[in-house]
Amino acid sequence: MDSDIKIRAENVNFYYSETHVLKDISLDIYANQVTAIIGPSGCGKSTFIRLLNRMNDLIPGARMQGEILLDGKDIYSPRTDVVELRRRVGMVFQKPNPFPKTVFENIAYGLIINGIRDRAFIRDRVKQSLKKAAIYEEVQNRLNENALMLSGGQQQRICIARCIAVEPEVILFDEPCASLDPISTRKIEELILELKKDYTIVIVTHNMQQAARVSDFTAFLYLGEVIEFGPTSKIFTVPEKKMTEQYLAGRFG
Amino acid sequence: MQDKSLLQNKDMLVYKTHSMKGKDISQGLGFMLLVLCTGTALVFLGSIIYFITIRGIRVISWEFITDVPRMAMMKGGVAPAIIGTFYLTLVSISFAFPLGLACAIYLTEYSPKGTIINIIRLSINNLAGVPSIVFGLFGFAVFVNAFGFGVSILSGGLTLGIMALPGIIATSQDAILAVPQSYREASLALGATHWDTIKKVVLPAALPGILTGVILNVGRVAGETAPILFTAATFYTRGFPHSIFSEVMALPYHIYALMTEGTHPEVQTQIAYGCALILLCLVLSVSAIAIILRQRQRKMYGQ
Repeated sequence: MDSDIKIRAENVNFYYSETHVLKDISLDIYANQVTAIIGPSGCGKSTFIRLLNRMNDLIPGARMQGEILLDGKDIYSPRTDVVELRRRVGMVFQKPNPFPKTVFENIAYGLIINGIRDRAFIRDRVKQSLKKAAIYEEVQNRLNENALMLSGGQQQRICIARCIAVEPEVILFDEPCASLDPISTRKIEELILELKKDYTIVIVTHNMQQAARVSDFTAFLYLGEVIEFGPTSKIFTVPEKKMTEQYLAGRFG
Repeated sequence: MQDKSLLQNKDMLVYKTHSMKGKDISQGLGFMLLVLCTGTALVFLGSIIYFITIRGIRVISWEFITDVPRMAMMKGGVAPAIIGTFYLTLVSISFAFPLGLACAIYLTEYSPKGTIINIIRLSINNLAGVPSIVFGLFGFAVFVNAFGFGVSILSGGLTLGIMALPGIIATSQDAILAVPQSYREASLALGATHWDTIKKVVLPAALPGILTGVILNVGRVAGETAPILFTAATFYTRGFPHSIFSEVMALPYHIYALMTEGTHPEVQTQIAYGCALILLCLVLSVSAIAIILRQRQRKMYGQ
């Protein structure tokens, strides 16, 4: 079982200057599974997911303790190449954020900054990535249009394709459907289920039904602590903690 | 008890309607005052353009724009002054644009926050407040004498460039800061380095704003007289400048010289208005380019 653990968080504490936002979090994320992180607003779920590719490094005055291991190696050790880590652990953000460039340039961006110059290869990879992100049919004739001209749901799938193009091992989804309509949301959810064959997926969501639909494991966070973590089927049917049950029943949050 | 409270309510009602009337009047007055002030500002701008055009248009001809001055400025044209202003502007842009942009990138993307950086920012802003004649003296001391460039296009262009620098840095900083943080995050999350992100995402997105700032600031200093007074300008050259070390005629200085020197004020004044009209057209068309660039940027972000 241990070999299937892709990411292991051990006793992670995180502070924004004086505020203690994550308290002693330990969590295992299994390879080729979807792990959902749920909890009410402000519980630290976005903060946690952003630790997994060190996006929180950008925040001045932030401090982290504990260990996060990717394939057994501490990603916060001084020897870690952050740029390489972020290539291996991709991220899709809450608000679709394509660059103000063409669709093609958006997908090709990650390849070009990683030093790939072979045009035929790039063209091929862009096409594959768009197909994997289930957006190719819709944009195949619009590759040279500004990506900002697409709808919100299409933009989000462009962002997923952009992420896939650099062949990450893990994809982090930070509330990817928060700004999308139900139809786009369904498409993204179907896509996540498809993607888990090839990638390890962590998804933060405030939508409990979404967690139930897409995830294999669920972690329930409350006020910076993991209240309960386990297989989604178990958490949603026979939760161990009373607080989990109350949250899932919609009594608070 | 009941009656008293009713009475109080009635008082309040009266008070309220009364105050509403007062507010209406003061609001109306305030509005009128604002319209009046805006109108006055417009009248000034309009009358400047009007008088310069009316007086300047008389002497403007193809010959005036393309020929060299003849017969002690009485005949011929002012082409060397137009060309001179163009060269000075070109030198100042090529100097101030890369330098100002590099400063802005450092200050926004790299510099650590703290006292020293605040002092640097403050100094740059204060540079904008230095009187233009002081820039002229500085250029004379440093470029003309110390560096030995002499009175030349190079000395004048560099002096103008330094004068445009604070404005260029300020507007470039604004343009860079206006690039949404989400673009930077998206780029970094794909495994881009900070420099890659700046080069390939931040700068392209900020470029229209940066160019607008550069154009406006260079356009502003291109019309300055004092900085080129001792560093570049001369009243008369036989033809066009042949190197970057030549002294040049320039439109703003030419106007100044026509109004203060020479022996035929009545003819010279007319030529000065012609020069002023050309200068005005040049500066306004430069601003127009900046406005078009800004519009294009807005379109790009779908605003």
